[in-house]
Amino acid sequence: MMFMKVLYAFLVGGIICAIGQVLIDKTKLTPARILVLFVTTGAVLGALGIYEKIADFGGAGATIPLTGFGYTLTRGAFRDVDQYGLLGAFTGGVRAAAAGIAAAIFFGYLVSVASKSKAKR
Amino acid sequence: MGKKMVKDFTHKEYRDYVEKKSPKSKVLANTVKAFVVGGLICVAGQLINNFFTSRGMEKDTVSNLTSIIMIFLGALLTGLNIYDNLGKFAGAGSIVPITGFANSIVSPAMEFKSEGYVMGVGAKMFVVAGPVLVYGISASIIVGIIYYLLHY
Repeated sequence: MMFMKVLYAFLVGGIICAIGQVLIDKTKLTPARILVLFVTTGAVLGALGIYEKIADFGGAGATIPLTGFGYTLTRGAFRDVDQYGLLGAFTGGVRAAAAGIAAAIFFGYLVSVASKSKAKR
Repeated sequence: MGKKMVKDFTHKEYRDYVEKKSPKSKVLANTVKAFVVGGLICVAGQLINNFFTSRGMEKDTVSNLTSIIMIFLGALLTGLNIYDNLGKFAGAGSIVPITGFANSIVSPAMEFKSEGYVMGVGAKMFVVAGPVLVYGISASIIVGIIYYLLHY
C-alpha cells in the first residue's frame, strides 16, 4: 500500500511537472509565469473540488508541486470561512500555508546569507 | 553596440530561433526529463510524508512538516550550487515542485547579495516568490469570498 502511494506520487507529480515543461517549450511563458499560473490553477481547481480528488490519489505528487500550494491556500480559505464567516476568506489561506511561507522566507534568507553564488554571467 | 545586439537577440528572436531549429524530439526529451525529476522530487516528499504518518502524526501536521523539510532541502541544495545545475537538466521538473519555489527565493538573493542585505538579499528573495504569493493569496481570498456568498 505504501509502495503504491509512492508510485502514484511519482506519476501525478511527474505529469504536473511535464505539463509545466510543455508550457515552457511550447509557449513564451517564463518559469516565473509558470509558477504564478500553477499556483492560481491549483487555487481554482481546489475551489472546484477537483484538486482534492487529485490529491487523494496522488498524495505528495499533488501537494509538492506548486499547484498544491494554491490548493492549500484555497482549502484554508474555505475552512476558515466555515468557521469565522467572511473574515475567514482573508485569514484562511495564509493560515493554512503559514508553515510553508515562513519556512521559505526563513530558510531562504539563512541560506542566501550563508552561501556564495558561483559567479555566473 | 555589439553587446546591445546580443541582448536583443537573446529575448524574443532567440526563442523563435530555437523553436524553429529544435526538433520535436527535443521537446519530448525535455518533457520526459521534467516528468522523471519532478516525479522523483514528489517521491521524496511522499517518503517524508509516509515516515511522519507512520509515527502517528495528524494529517495537517504531516503535510506542514513535509513542506518545511522540502523547502529546507530546496534552499540548501541551491546554496550548495546543486539545484541550479539540476534545473539545467530537469527544467520544469525542478521548477514546479515546492523545492523550486525555495530555489526561486535563494538563487536571486545569492546573486544580488552584493547589493546589500536589505535591497539585495531581502528584496531579491521575492523576485519570483512575490508574484506567486500575490496571485496565490489573492486567488484564495477571491474563491473564499465566492464560497462565503454561495454557502452563507
